[in-house]
Amino acid sequence: MIFTIAGYELRRLFLSPLAWTLMAVVQFILAWVFLILVEEFSRHRSDWLGVPGAPGVTDLVAAPFLRVAAWLLLLLIPLLSMRLFSEERRHHTLELLLAAPLAVYQIVLGKYLGLLGFLCILLVLIVALPLSLLFGGALDGGKLLAGALGLFLLAGSFAAAGLYLSTLTAQPAVAAVATFGLLLLLWIIDAAGASGEDSGALFAYLSLFRHYQALLMGLFNSADVAYYLLFSGAFLGLAVRRLDNQRLQH
Amino acid sequence: MDQPILVQVDNLTRYYGAHCAVNALSFNLRQGQVLGFLGPNGAGKSTTLQLLAGCLAPDAGRILIQGHDLLQQPRRAKAVIGYLPEQPPLYPEFTVDEYLAYCARLHRLPRGQIATAVEKAKARCELGTVGRRLLSHLSRGYRQRVGIAQAIIHEPAVIILDEPAAGLDPLQQRELGGLIRELGREHGVILSTHSLAEVQSTCTHVQIMQQGRLVYSGSLTALEQHSSHSLLVGFSVPPALEILAALPAVGQVEALGEQRFRLRYTPPADPVPALVAQAVARNWGLRELTPERGSLEQRFIELLLGQQEAA
Repeated sequence: MIFTIAGYELRRLFLSPLAWTLMAVVQFILAWVFLILVEEFSRHRSDWLGVPGAPGVTDLVAAPFLRVAAWLLLLLIPLLSMRLFSEERRHHTLELLLAAPLAVYQIVLGKYLGLLGFLCILLVLIVALPLSLLFGGALDGGKLLAGALGLFLLAGSFAAAGLYLSTLTAQPAVAAVATFGLLLLLWIIDAAGASGEDSGALFAYLSLFRHYQALLMGLFNSADVAYYLLFSGAFLGLAVRRLDNQRLQH
Repeated sequence: MDQPILVQVDNLTRYYGAHCAVNALSFNLRQGQVLGFLGPNGAGKSTTLQLLAGCLAPDAGRILIQGHDLLQQPRRAKAVIGYLPEQPPLYPEFTVDEYLAYCARLHRLPRGQIATAVEKAKARCELGTVGRRLLSHLSRGYRQRVGIAQAIIHEPAVIILDEPAAGLDPLQQRELGGLIRELGREHGVILSTHSLAEVQSTCTHVQIMQQGRLVYSGSLTALEQHSSHSLLVGFSVPPALEILAALPAVGQVEALGEQRFRLRYTPPADPVPALVAQAVARNWGLRELTPERGSLEQRFIELLLGQQEAA
């Protein structure tokens, strides 16, 4: 049942121009960034010649590229996640799911997986750009894979937070702005940790960006992965509770 | 009345803040009944239907759907309900066929039966020609019909329709009435409406709501019998008013001018045979004798007014 909802959710996304526009915009901007990075790399390549342990093309092109991609997703995912429940409420379509013989968790997971499916497609397109470097040279496959996994986990976390916030309001724009605000805050919260004090360490740990940074450097730490999974799970759980309570609300 | 009970509602209560939208409502729906909820705006009709469909949780009371408690076993109970909310829940990006197939999947119809179920629902709601059109491009009447098709696609035992006739033209309303009566034979149907004519033409039972309470509940024929009936009569040589009033079974008499009168009476007493016999015997020249319609409307207003005075 979850996959039925996810499948139709994904299909609905591609029936609207939103998905296609997003993919086009993401692809265009990232291609531009990619070209700049490759250009930069080929200009400075001679500086690193003969230096032992010098950063390679994966560090100088793929990692910064994936960092920019994460920023772009931070901007765009709220626009996708706001559709999940806010728009349903606005179009009075949520009743179709609520009146169907489904548990609330099935509705939430179905919608989440539908969005995740779209993000996977987007991710394949994004990662295809650095992979094209294989035509002219060698890549550090492990590092790229860790980076791509990081980007996927990050996108999943963004989507989960956005899904929860979209259950709170019937105004899609409010949901999008709130999601963007929350994600941006969690992204930059580690700036408070830069001072090096003890309280800073906690903020640094909470930051969505810190854990991504480690994966971009090729450090696969299960604590980072667990962080993203817990983050997503917590927001999905909150969304289920929220929808359950809504039926009781006065 | 040996048909099985489909819906049993006990003491259903729902508050919105301090406002009591539904107040201790109890009723049963049996198979073969078409139950019409009637009442002014804000009487709690839509809230009641949302509660019955499981989209809202009640503050107190119990709803049993074919013996399954809607709160304890929501999935079993919801599986036998088809629900059309006040606004048809349509995804504008889908075509009619895609949308109905999705609804069938949501109600766990086996894949092999979906195509036939969609065709059947479309045929019943006369959507045959618009299957490939986008829902966002449909007119209000068609959207409403897709909403009804969605509610009956899985052949539920209980069909809940919130103002199904809204947005339909008179001809479509009549067709809808026929469809609902047909559905009512095998299923139980609950609908809400503002229109007495719709209740009179489609429902077997009626419940009148006012401020969250049931003011009247019973079969349509009982309601009609409760109400005082009236006849319009016209004579070429009219007798005096008092002579008419003295006829057996006649209540009040009202002169309407142009030799016409309105006679009120209370069923089952019937003044017609005596009236006709007298008219012939005394040569009044009877030229008009019409039972007056709209008596249900009077009864409805009487009930609501009576309730307001009591409150």
